Amino acid sequence: MSITIKDVEHVANLARLELSEVEKEQFAGQLNAILKYAEKLNQLDTDGITPTSHVLPLANVMREDIVKPSWPIEKVLLNAPEEEDGQFKVPAVLE
Amino acid sequence: MSKYETVVGLEVHVELHTKSKIFCGCSTSFGAPPNTHTCPVCLGHPGVLPVLNRQAVEYAMKAAMAINCEIAEWCKFDRKNYFYPDSPKAYQISQFDQPIGENGWIDIEVNGKTKRIGITRLHLEEDAGKLTHIDGGFGSLVDLNRVGTPLVEIVSEPDISSPEEAKAYLEKLRAIMQYCDVSDVKMEEGSLRCDANISIRPFGQEKLGTRAELKNMNSFRGVQRGLEYEELRQADVLDGGGTVVQETRRWDENQGKTISMRSKEEAHDYRYFPDPDLVRLHIDAEWKSRVKASIPELPDARQARYIQQFGLSSYDAGVLTASMKLSDFFEESLKHTSDAKASANWIMGELLGYLNANNLELEEVKITGQGLGEMIQLIEKGTISSKIAKTVFKGLVETGKSPQQIVEEQGLVQISDEGAILSIVDAIIAANPQSVEDFRNGKEKAIGFLVGQIMKETKGKANPGMVNKMLIERLNA
Repeated sequence: MSITIKDVEHVANLARLELSEVEKEQFAGQLNAILKYAEKLNQLDTDGITPTSHVLPLANVMREDIVKPSWPIEKVLLNAPEEEDGQFKVPAVLE
Repeated sequence: MSKYETVVGLEVHVELHTKSKIFCGCSTSFGAPPNTHTCPVCLGHPGVLPVLNRQAVEYAMKAAMAINCEIAEWCKFDRKNYFYPDSPKAYQISQFDQPIGENGWIDIEVNGKTKRIGITRLHLEEDAGKLTHIDGGFGSLVDLNRVGTPLVEIVSEPDISSPEEAKAYLEKLRAIMQYCDVSDVKMEEGSLRCDANISIRPFGQEKLGTRAELKNMNSFRGVQRGLEYEELRQADVLDGGGTVVQETRRWDENQGKTISMRSKEEAHDYRYFPDPDLVRLHIDAEWKSRVKASIPELPDARQARYIQQFGLSSYDAGVLTASMKLSDFFEESLKHTSDAKASANWIMGELLGYLNANNLELEEVKITGQGLGEMIQLIEKGTISSKIAKTVFKGLVETGKSPQQIVEEQGLVQISDEGAILSIVDAIIAANPQSVEDFRNGKEKAIGFLVGQIMKETKGKANPGMVNKMLIERLNA
């Protein structure tokens, strides 16, 4: 598997990142190095091993349906770059 | 539309009415001031950990079982990645390849025919926040109260063949969720939302046509109208030699048409992966059977019972059971009268007529099942005539008083005294010699006029059976 410039552009676009041509080359190289490293895992024989989605041997960690106090609004909005009427104000994003 | 066959699949989101959110303890109640039901978990602050709400899982299991899904023994949660200000984490916790429920179905009835609609899957996920666009579309205000409200998404097979079937499916789904008591299922408040995939193909063609995804249909009627518009639009495109483009379209209720949203293609690359913050969910047989036992009698079963037990028609039983509140009202009335057919007729005729004419919901009027049942009993006992009962019924709906009280206050007791009726009958006969003559000459219709006169004289209170009997006796004497 090899990461192309096109792959980098696609992923950057999904992450809303704008990359220069130099950066695209640079990240393609770095991403390929990472994948090559991870490819070592393919050397292991995983026949007969059940696939898992989680490293912890746990299941069903749950809480009861009980309402707890929320944060005070001043604290909620503390990190808001802009606010209006108790709401976060952001530039319009068209879906 | 004779040339083309319509193929529709629906994606329905149902908000589960837990008290707290799916992954944190914030309240899910509707209508709080913006952002006052938020905490670091639902605000997506770094370093926080979601903890799954057990009740949300049980509601999802219950909903899945009620629509005949197989319940997964093991399932997990995944992150669905996307950038939009309604989701501060930039991902939604959802279920990708291991939903709680799969391979279900529900039966719908359209034009007297029953049709089974397959359900691909039901999965559990969290809701997103609400955006209000301001400054002429240049800015948005973000309210994150709704973030983390538990939702189930129910995806149907493309088994739906008309807008009418789509509406019937949605109504049946709403009824089932209402009976199960897992959601408020109010489209106006957004606790039931519906997106649709729709395509058309020439009859006989096996390959599906290119589909459009429809959004923003905020009412049952909107769903039907949006789909009706879209099937015509796609037929026009094909008839004009064009091709249907795969895209998302928004239903505009005011303009009565669908509008392309021109979303970017890449926006749908969600890069799902298992959420490392949440461990797997194991649903064992014991848990499953406990939840299964909590599912009440569902609409189809109630409908069948009404037909069998009370001799109602399939249509009548269907109308009564389409809403749990109406069905419960009917059953309440039967605690006070044994005449189920009479109760069904009053509900379907007078009650639904009144609600429709005044655009009201059942809970907005004062009549109770008990009131209706007692009123029917008064008719059975002959205390009031069925004609007078309409006046009593109006009183029940508008004042909530008991039928006995209304009858007494308004002096509506039926005249069943033989002597009293006889003297009125005689008086009317004496006053209308021409009609009497007509009747005796074979004009049977004349009797209707005479009955009418008697009812007018007694303000409708004379016992109609006795009036008829005595009048005929007198006329034939």
